[in-house]
Amino acid sequence: MRFGVVTFPGSNCDYDAYAALRHVIGAPVEFLWHADTDLHDVDCVILPGGFSYGDYLRAGAIARFAPVMKSVIRFAESEGYVWGICNGFQMLLEAGLLPGAMLRNASLRFSCRWIHLRVESTRTAYTQRCRPQQILRIPVAHAEGNYYADDALLDDLESSGRVVFRYVDPKGTADDASNPNGSARSIAGIINAGGNVLGMMPHPERAVEKILGSADGLALFESLMSADGPDRRSESAVVGQSLDQARV
Amino acid sequence: MVIDATVTVRLKDGVLDPQGRTILRSLGQVGFPEVSHVRTGRTFDIRLNAKDRRDAEARLRAMSEKLLANPVIEAFEVTVHA
Repeated sequence: MRFGVVTFPGSNCDYDAYAALRHVIGAPVEFLWHADTDLHDVDCVILPGGFSYGDYLRAGAIARFAPVMKSVIRFAESEGYVWGICNGFQMLLEAGLLPGAMLRNASLRFSCRWIHLRVESTRTAYTQRCRPQQILRIPVAHAEGNYYADDALLDDLESSGRVVFRYVDPKGTADDASNPNGSARSIAGIINAGGNVLGMMPHPERAVEKILGSADGLALFESLMSADGPDRRSESAVVGQSLDQARV
Repeated sequence: MVIDATVTVRLKDGVLDPQGRTILRSLGQVGFPEVSHVRTGRTFDIRLNAKDRRDAEARLRAMSEKLLANPVIEAFEVTVHA
């Protein structure tokens, strides 16, 4: 599994993702450039956190039209792994690779703190090494992470097993107090119908060594490392497709 | 012809507007208790070249759908000025 981390003007978690992969996991990883359309034959593209294009207009709205994103969209449509973290998740929503949208945090504050996540699905390439309902301690750092979708879409995401992470308290209960941004149904991360495009607001790349406060993020990187390439993935669990076809 | 226009983008009805809610509360606190509803949005003053007003409107709608607004959460209005 070879990784590419895209650097946009204003990305600031690209080196964190690179360092986690290269120095902690020991995975092959290289930087990709926003103005470049060549994805260098990587198996997984990471859209990192940060403030691409200053978050002007809406977070991710400008980045979505960067030259590299044309290739990323094609790559996602051909079942390549695309992992959007924080600002990268916002880009995936703006690009229509994942459904829904982000609103300002309900508190109107930039939320930078450690939170707890419950793994809602272990049937994804990104979470297959996790235990069902495992609680991960991982930081968030964002102002626009208040996930919005209408009820029909939320029901569809839930019933098709595409809600991958939910904000919870340390005991695993999802409520208003454990929800750092007001997200609908405490949703912190979702996956597309094909199971190859994941968006999440929390930062697993910032939680890969005990000295950082937690190594819980490792489970996601290790899951992907043991994932099959697109050619061998056809038999793995893939859930309903109606939704993404309607949106993309 | 050169045309001036304004595009207004605001959150759709039913989508929570945390800023509007906070501003509503603040207005009550600073002496405007009569205010019962606030929705925020943003405006874009745009100058463009177009064949005529209709052409300008069509282009403005297209750019609103593509970039200025996120149709999942936002609605927009296009006003072409005389």
